[in-house]
Amino acid sequence: MPTATFRIWRGDAKSGAFEDYSTEVSQGMVVLDAVHDIQAKQANDLACRWNCKAGKCGSCSAEVNGMPKLMCMSRLNDLPLDKPVTIEPIKAFPLLKDLITDVSWNFEVKKKIKKFKPRPPDAADGTWRMAQEDIDRVQEFRKCIECFLCQDVCHVLRDHRKHDEFIGPRFLIYVAALEMHPLDTEDRLEELRKAHGIGYCNITKCCTKVCPENIQITDNGIIPLKERVVDDHYDPLGWIWKKLKKNR
Amino acid sequence: MPDYQTFQHDVLVIGAGGAGLRAAIEASAAGVSVGLVCKSLLGKAHTVMAEGGIAAALGNVDDRDNWKVHFADTMRGGQYVNQWRMAELHAKEAPDRVRELEAWGAVFDRTKDGRILQRNFGGHRYPRLAHVGDRTGLEMIRTLQDHGIHQGIEVYMEHTVLALLKEGERVIGAFGYERERGRFKIFRAKAIVLATGGLGRAYKITSNSWESTGDGLSLAYEAGAELIDMEFVQFHPTGMIWPPSVMGILVTEGVRGEGGILTNKDGRRFMFEQIPENYRTQTADNPEEGWRYCQGDKDARRPPELLTRDHVARCIVREIKEGRGSPHGGVYLDIAWIKEKMPNAAEHIKRKLPSMYHQFKQLADIDITEQPMEVGPTTHYAMGGIHVDADTQMSRIPGLFAAGECAAGINGANRLGGNSLSDIVVFGKRAGEFAAKFAKENSLGQIDNGKIDLVAREAVAPFENGAGENPYSIQRDLQETMQDLVGIVRNESEMRTALEKLKIFSERANRAGVVGHREFNPGWHTALDLKTLLTVSEAITRAALERKESRGAQFREDCPEKDDRFAKVNTMISKAADGSMQVRLDPLPEMPDDLKQVIEEMK
Ligand SMILES: Cc1cc2nc3c(=O)[nH]c(=O)nc-3n(C[C@H](O)[C@H](O)[C@H](O)COP(=O)(O)OP(=O)(O)OC[C@H]3O[C@@H](n4cnc5c(N)ncnc54)[C@H](O)[C@@H]3O)c2cc1C
Ligand code: SF4
Ligand code: SF4
Ligand code: FES
Repeated sequence: MPTATFRIWRGDAKSGAFEDYSTEVSQGMVVLDAVHDIQAKQANDLACRWNCKAGKCGSCSAEVNGMPKLMCMSRLNDLPLDKPVTIEPIKAFPLLKDLITDVSWNFEVKKKIKKFKPRPPDAADGTWRMAQEDIDRVQEFRKCIECFLCQDVCHVLRDHRKHDEFIGPRFLIYVAALEMHPLDTEDRLEELRKAHGIGYCNITKCCTKVCPENIQITDNGIIPLKERVVDDHYDPLGWIWKKLKKNR
Repeated sequence: MPDYQTFQHDVLVIGAGGAGLRAAIEASAAGVSVGLVCKSLLGKAHTVMAEGGIAAALGNVDDRDNWKVHFADTMRGGQYVNQWRMAELHAKEAPDRVRELEAWGAVFDRTKDGRILQRNFGGHRYPRLAHVGDRTGLEMIRTLQDHGIHQGIEVYMEHTVLALLKEGERVIGAFGYERERGRFKIFRAKAIVLATGGLGRAYKITSNSWESTGDGLSLAYEAGAELIDMEFVQFHPTGMIWPPSVMGILVTEGVRGEGGILTNKDGRRFMFEQIPENYRTQTADNPEEGWRYCQGDKDARRPPELLTRDHVARCIVREIKEGRGSPHGGVYLDIAWIKEKMPNAAEHIKRKLPSMYHQFKQLADIDITEQPMEVGPTTHYAMGGIHVDADTQMSRIPGLFAAGECAAGINGANRLGGNSLSDIVVFGKRAGEFAAKFAKENSLGQIDNGKIDLVAREAVAPFENGAGENPYSIQRDLQETMQDLVGIVRNESEMRTALEKLKIFSERANRAGVVGHREFNPGWHTALDLKTLLTVSEAITRAALERKESRGAQFREDCPEKDDRFAKVNTMISKAADGSMQVRLDPLPEMPDDLKQVIEEMK
């Protein structure tokens, strides 16, 4: 079997370096398989997160040859194996160890977003009626597996470290999913503008490009939200009217 | 004893999948303080991977459906060794639990008139699975997670519980470590809910993640609780088999629910060849009728691909063993064929099964709208687990509750697809409710420092062993043994050999050594998981030896038929005073006449 070299970041917040490991590669292997193989045979203490190995849980985010990726969905035969494959942790969050970062900020951010608040049920049995076409968009956003790759590439977080003022693309589409939910009656626009810092997004679309779920984060989520925020700000009555219509 | 950080809650929930989250929500809604511990980050538990749907007799697609039909289907699927009371509560309460998810923000696929859409699944008489494409588990866990974070629940992510602490008979706390720094922690609580999920990692080929090492079962067993039905391990008929790196990854039954068919290398639709007696009247006679069923024709009966999982898995094994398998040792699952039947088939498949499309495209270079998939059985689900009271979910240890996949009884000898997502919310809620009640009626107990010292010393032993045995090698050997000797087809002599081998693995596990320090060290975590894997593997094997018959998921080639002596008993596993593992047969609780009648009516 052919072998390949993997140049993996080893270390913690204080110190670290890339280390080379070579391992056999077989047909169909993904980057996570190589990491697991190295972990089992050469470096038992190599830290990485994973759960599903099928792109469903969003645990195994890392930068593979500099590209933010799910390791479990990155096929080795899509990578040039004649030179070392570099694997390093994502950059938008503090490093803990090896491939693991402290993503707890994301969980704190979510708590601050106002929760779902449905209108009263439509039917006597406590249920609602919604047409499929009215929920397609919301379902698109709800495909998010919270891999935080979009957070990783967004320059506002990655380079400008505006973690205190900007919630990042993941949570902008989280707000979008709530705002566009046909049953929701909450209003989150004021916070979007202020606490959530939607204004920081200058629509570079880097987030959309890396989303493993192919969610159109910017076009379908952030841009419509920005429009609503602007409408709301300059035309509060118009917005209330829309909100009422939405909850007809 | 070193000063370990100590946390205190009324109710401690161990596990943050659907069952744990639902229990935590219910307990905190009852006004008690709740701690929630999980091995991964929040929202990554196994539940996130569930695909096909959640079973509940809402009757939105076929109004002939109701709890009685669901109850009868569940009992038939479980070959009548289920705990009838659990099956009854489950069938009655599942619809409310689904509607409640919608009230908390879940967005299920819709019927034409705007209600929750339901799909066909194996062993369910009517379309019964509420779903969101093929990512239902994600929708559920996210809904529960997003609801739960506003309830004041304290979440301890990436923490692993190693032992339960007792005072006399009662459970009063838990002891574990956090992965990040490797520090030990004490959790004091008045009541504890175990919701630790499954044990698929005891096998080599599995759809389960690293988390599914049967921890809750082992924790409960060590604390004195009983395990029930351990011999019944579900091998899902359709896992991916090629390329090798994806071996075991699940292919949802939803593919068959949408009309997918199973064929062998000769192109024969072999599922028509052998239809079990108790399903004959419910099964289609010909492919045409099967297709009509999948299209919602109420007069048609279901295709044989939608028979129960135990049966489908065995038919696949038969085809492979008799030389009619596919090139990589599986059979074909074909959904592409429906293009003969509908115009926009490719679009339809992508819409109904988006993650299957994606998974095969990306991992196997197969376009499922054009080509058949190669599939074979994969270890999927544990019907067995902690024995609990059906109504309260309390084990025989006061204050110790269990819910979800780690608890058992509802499924009997075989689980129907979709019945787990409903089980976890129905019984998660109940466990949370009764744990909160127990907590209100009891006070905190006294922690036994001696016990904690012992567990801590055992846990750091692998560091002292230094360059001992590689824990990953021990884990791999264990998985291979269970796969080969206690898998889909079992016999006494192989299982006896397995027990001998498990003894050796246990000695090897004592010599397991790890390198590096305690901070996020997967080698260390793997070494610690060996103990729970060994316990559940032994329990599965001993229970399987005791049940000298074939029923549901257990197939014994040395006793290939059902045997009346085992028709009305469950196996029970517990730890004897001398530390050895005991098995006994326990008679099933007598079913009340009204439920017997329900089963008769539905025959
Ligand atoms: C690929 C796949 C698809 C499936 N599809 C379906 C489907 O369509 N329909 C259906 O009904 N069922 C399905 N199932 C089965 C179903 O998903 C599971 O049975 C169910 O989600 C289990 O939920 P749970 O809450 O009991 O446990 P899990 O979701 O497994 O959660 C267990 C939790 O316990 C924690 N834990 C474990 N041990 C410890 C410890 N020692 N200390 C602290 N925390 C611990 C884990 O970290 C985790 O948070 C599927 C399963 C798989 C694998
Ligand atoms: S489009 Fe906005 S949110 Fe997305 S990466 Fe660019 S700045 Fe960030
Ligand atoms: S939006 Fe996409 S990239 Fe961002 S966290 Fe969700 S799945 Fe990941
Ligand atoms: S392991 Fe779940 S997304 Fe990669």
